[in-house]
Amino acid sequence: MQTTFSPSSSTLQQQHQTPNNQDISRYKNIIDDKSLTFAEKIISIKNVETSNTDSKKMCMSGDIVIVNVDLAMAQDSTGPLAIRSLNEMGIENLYDSSKVLLVLDHTFPAADEKVANLHAMIRDFVSKHNCMLIQGSISHQHILEQLATPGMIILGADSHTCQAGCISAFATGIGSTEIAAVWTTGQLWLQVPETIQIKLSGTFNKGIFARDLILDHIGKVGEDGANYKALEWKFSNDYVKRQFSMDSRACISNASMECGAKISVFPIDEITTKYLDDYPRINNNNEAEKIVIHPGNSAKHVDEYEIECNKIEPQVSGPDNVDKVHTVGEMANIEIDQAFIGSSTNGRIEDMEIVARMLKGRKVHKNTRCVITPASVKVYEDAIKRGYVEIYIESGAFFTNSTCGACVGTHLGALGENEICISSSSRNFVGRMGALSSKVYLASPATVAASAIEGKIADPRRYL
Amino acid sequence: MIMRDQSHHGINPVNLKGKAWVFGDDINTDIIIPFRFKSRTNDPYEMAKYAMYGLDPDFHKKISKGDIVVAGRNFGGGSSREQAPVALKYAGISAIIAESFARIFYRNAFTIGLPILEISEIKGKVNPQDDLKIDITNFVVENVRTNETFYARQVPEFMRQMLLEGGLVEYYKKYKHFPWIQS
Repeated sequence: MQTTFSPSSSTLQQQHQTPNNQDISRYKNIIDDKSLTFAEKIISIKNVETSNTDSKKMCMSGDIVIVNVDLAMAQDSTGPLAIRSLNEMGIENLYDSSKVLLVLDHTFPAADEKVANLHAMIRDFVSKHNCMLIQGSISHQHILEQLATPGMIILGADSHTCQAGCISAFATGIGSTEIAAVWTTGQLWLQVPETIQIKLSGTFNKGIFARDLILDHIGKVGEDGANYKALEWKFSNDYVKRQFSMDSRACISNASMECGAKISVFPIDEITTKYLDDYPRINNNNEAEKIVIHPGNSAKHVDEYEIECNKIEPQVSGPDNVDKVHTVGEMANIEIDQAFIGSSTNGRIEDMEIVARMLKGRKVHKNTRCVITPASVKVYEDAIKRGYVEIYIESGAFFTNSTCGACVGTHLGALGENEICISSSSRNFVGRMGALSSKVYLASPATVAASAIEGKIADPRRYL
Repeated sequence: MIMRDQSHHGINPVNLKGKAWVFGDDINTDIIIPFRFKSRTNDPYEMAKYAMYGLDPDFHKKISKGDIVVAGRNFGGGSSREQAPVALKYAGISAIIAESFARIFYRNAFTIGLPILEISEIKGKVNPQDDLKIDITNFVVENVRTNETFYARQVPEFMRQMLLEGGLVEYYKKYKHFPWIQS
């Protein structure tokens, strides 16, 4: 445990300097070290001791260190408790409001008076402290599209914050009161996680997607298979790499939470670079500049896996536990009341596209309702521009604004008693989408769309 | 019997005693408090009404103050919701013993001052309604029925201090700094 200084120090502002491009050279020995994992490198760079002095402290798996945090987010179901904790502690001032992000996404627009009051509380807080406020895009997708840069440390009061690992950031979820502490000092303690390396090889067959891959893996390792651990994804060659768009990587990093991963990190490559070119960061001017960190070749892993993409079939997970995974064939013919496509796990433009391709000229089954929810305002806008929404409406599906609504059973697609839903959302836990007696099965957007057409769990391959 | 400092919402635990409520593996935070309830209030006592709702909506009525939750692997998986340990604490649960805890729940429980103890061999060693005693200073559990003693995994000293003060908010109110930073 490294403890360095009192937060009451008047020089705190000067002490907290995130490295920028000019002093990246200071960390060259860390960045070039072949024996360190991604997590060890980034925490070695961002721990308060290294960033405050000329020392270059190496942080190894298991070490508990205090790090400087580049972005600290809470959303409309975790922010109110964070604000309550700040008030109880009597804290009036935030450390740096430009690093504080509040997002109204879970029940947006407010579904009822109680939610509206909590939204108002958050807006008042944002107004008082002049921090960032995003409304109507899911936080993780907004962070990916506009804020995250490689090498950032991003903490969020939301478990799926780990999604930003797709862009090679160290991103993980924490609770409300801890995010309040980060807002106060810009720092938090972290334990450097041990690392599991997963090497990807082979080519996906038609109708198989990133979501099938991660569900298959979670089925093998279990809901706590990566608890406390970092996942590092590695491509066996360039051909394999090109299958994994940023949207696909985001799906995998996001869903890695379902086996407990603390972070889930993809390498920086030309796909990352192109994504950053296509989606310019709005915070180009702040100090959180890109730091390119590649895991060391001889770094120690607690476990190593290889996943052969060509061996994966469409997966269906559930009900009640994400690691209860089956092939679509084993689950075929289970009748469904609702098909849901969306959430931060699978509500990106790539997902909107595959669903449009499948629903084009077809109808949603008369016994099933199909709800499609984009992950952000940008995805919403692109789906309209590309003509997907016309196709959805023509097929009889319902297209909503961007929200976490159905995924968490709060609005826009909640389930009643004994209803059955197949969903591309994050979790299928008991009562997740509504009534305790309802059942949720998880699958890729393609499998959900095929199921919407047939009114029962169905194989997507016959529609592609 | 529970030694509880009523001057603040945190508990100031030294010795706990309560009856066991035994659960299995993978008790996730959606079971502990469903989203649609936790996202519509900021009042911990309101959250408490939904503690363990996913398995038993009447759980909060059945337990007595000071009772202890015992569970298997990966307690508290899923969402980051701090409302999960808050709901259990304000429903009257004094501590949770499990074979293992999910990462964010683990941090949250210490943060809100709810004692949680990781004892890998606890499975099968506690029956429902067994009387348990917990020494929070030393992280030791005793099953009164079997007279067996279990030693929980130790935690970093700053986390133990935070827990003994009743959580992060209470710690900060007393010391005016966060426990991981020693002045």
